[in-house]
Amino acid sequence: MDPAVAGQYVLNGLMLGMIYAMVAVGFTLFFGVLDVIKFSHGDVVMAGAFTALATLGGLSAGGVVSAAVLVVAATAVAVAAMALLGALIARTLILPLRNAPSLNTLLITLMLGLALREAVRLFYPNGSNPKPFPRLLPADAWSAGGFSLRADSAILLVAGLSAIVAVHLIIHRTRLGLAIRAVAQDPETARVMGVNFEAVVMITFGIGSALAALAGVGDALYYNEINFGMGLWLGVIGFSAAVVGGLGSLYGAILGGFLFAALQTVGAIWFAVPAYKDVFAFGAVILLMAWKPTGLIAEKSAERV
Amino acid sequence: MFRRALVLASLLLATLAADAKETVKIAFIGPLTGGVSANGLGGRNSADLAVRLRNADAGARYTYELTVLDDECKPNIGVQVATKAAADRKIVAGVTHYCSAVAMGTVDVYHRFGLPVIVWGAVLPDITYANDYKEIHRVNGTMINQNDVAAKFMVGLKYRKWAVIHDTTDYGKGHNKYFSEDIAKLGGTIVGTFGVSADQQDFNAELTKIKELKPEVIYFGGLTPIGVRIRSQMDKLGIKAVFQGTSGIVSDAFIEGLGPLAEGTLAFREGAPAEKLPGGKFFLEQYQKQGYSEGPEAYGAFAYAAANLIMDAIEKVGPDRRKVAAELRKTKNHQSIVGPVTFDDHGQNMVPLITKFVVQDGKWMVWEDSEYASGKRKLPRAP
Repeated sequence: MDPAVAGQYVLNGLMLGMIYAMVAVGFTLFFGVLDVIKFSHGDVVMAGAFTALATLGGLSAGGVVSAAVLVVAATAVAVAAMALLGALIARTLILPLRNAPSLNTLLITLMLGLALREAVRLFYPNGSNPKPFPRLLPADAWSAGGFSLRADSAILLVAGLSAIVAVHLIIHRTRLGLAIRAVAQDPETARVMGVNFEAVVMITFGIGSALAALAGVGDALYYNEINFGMGLWLGVIGFSAAVVGGLGSLYGAILGGFLFAALQTVGAIWFAVPAYKDVFAFGAVILLMAWKPTGLIAEKSAERV
Repeated sequence: MFRRALVLASLLLATLAADAKETVKIAFIGPLTGGVSANGLGGRNSADLAVRLRNADAGARYTYELTVLDDECKPNIGVQVATKAAADRKIVAGVTHYCSAVAMGTVDVYHRFGLPVIVWGAVLPDITYANDYKEIHRVNGTMINQNDVAAKFMVGLKYRKWAVIHDTTDYGKGHNKYFSEDIAKLGGTIVGTFGVSADQQDFNAELTKIKELKPEVIYFGGLTPIGVRIRSQMDKLGIKAVFQGTSGIVSDAFIEGLGPLAEGTLAFREGAPAEKLPGGKFFLEQYQKQGYSEGPEAYGAFAYAAANLIMDAIEKVGPDRRKVAAELRKTKNHQSIVGPVTFDDHGQNMVPLITKFVVQDGKWMVWEDSEYASGKRKLPRAP
């Protein structure tokens, strides 16, 4: 294969992997801190993208034209709104069900995801149609042969990486992170040591959901289109990535995200009918799970999150 | 004596007229939610309009009621709601389905329950031609005619190299099959064929491969949502080929989804555009008057025509499923807003006309009226 074209495939895969990794990190955070699987996570990604779109609409109507201001403001609003939503979900749905069987949390978040999805479809103006998302990032492209790197892709890649690094730093370098890790390790002891358990859980869900919002906005800026169903698929893939990487491990989620994107890209190149690429990717995930049931980077209970 | 009889007769007539008319139910089934819901809602409104206008007509023998069901463009849901409609004995006939995959799944149900239906949007030939069910009719044409015209037209524009992307439903596979056959006959080449799933988000891998193959035209057999994604991602990868779609992307949602990028997209649809037909103007005016919140979209006129065909048949033979089916099958040169309708022995309307569309300045324009046809604007041409 022509190296330029190969490079293009790698770049495509990296972009996909970045979005998957950001979603997967959320799953892993929630599981790490509270041992719950929150299936509405994908729909929070979608809600984040729609919040950004609504903000953009409002700002444009208010006369803001600078693309940079629009991007930053819309992203900030989406991230803040989803962080609040995440904390709210933790407060009202996850924490009260903490002592119930984990199947209940799974079900209730599945239902919440459905409610979010349908709410956007029904109440967002014309929400059942795919929505164009404005092209706000510079579109300058650098190309060589079959390879082209666009400025917007590069910006999104760097932004995504920084976000993941930031989450990593919060968890490993701050007092808040220490509290999160303490709760993850042993909630009862953490409580005894004076950690505000409920606040830590809410903040963790806030962080995970903020990352989801960022993934949603990134996805929107990359594909320039959002729709109410986008979260469903991203949720399933993000979850699979987190599981295959090792649920509860931050590095595992990142690895899983990029791995899944790589599998999809390879599948699309290999098969005459690219529709089989998902079958291939999920099939590979099943094999990996059979080989390493706890994920590639298994969570050690002493250092989870 | 004679005078008395006359008085009696007129009295009798008066009481008859004062009697409430019998209510007859008709089903409408289409995708009211999901990615192609814009088309479904447009179809529903159009069928609803036909019913409202008929009910406002004092000369009608029955009062009509439209039972609206949502098939979500999913075959499994479609079979459920089709069964629901067919099992309801009060429903005499149905205006059914935009999505081919759904229509394919439901024809057996209608046959089993003997419910006469007229398909208003699905274009897969097999819906009418793969069975002998006397209940199944279709007002719109099939993808055979569509692709035949499309292939000749494109070759006429001197394009020779295509890459095909199609969704892997019956709809996309059918389009791929008929278009590829036609192009081969006309001496064009297809450099690559890519089957993709109907809800896919990312097409970068497929498009990177296509970029390497350097086609002049990307032919897309599928519906609006992924059509929007493919066109948009083509642009990101710097692919300059013409984007040629099928009737599945002739919708306002396609243009809304792409904005200026939609410019120069080609697509083909059976029937003349509503505003070009004498009855079509009336239809659009009445549609406006009812104040529906969604537009009629590309196939609304067909749903309207289908509902009228059914009501005409019921007016003639009464609300009886078997009689209505037989009456519909006899339809010949029936004047409708989509042109004269004649059903062949498979219940297929033999619409001779296929209209070519191109997007110009954010609107689906009939090719002949566009600045592309006059040479003022040019479609992209690969070096």
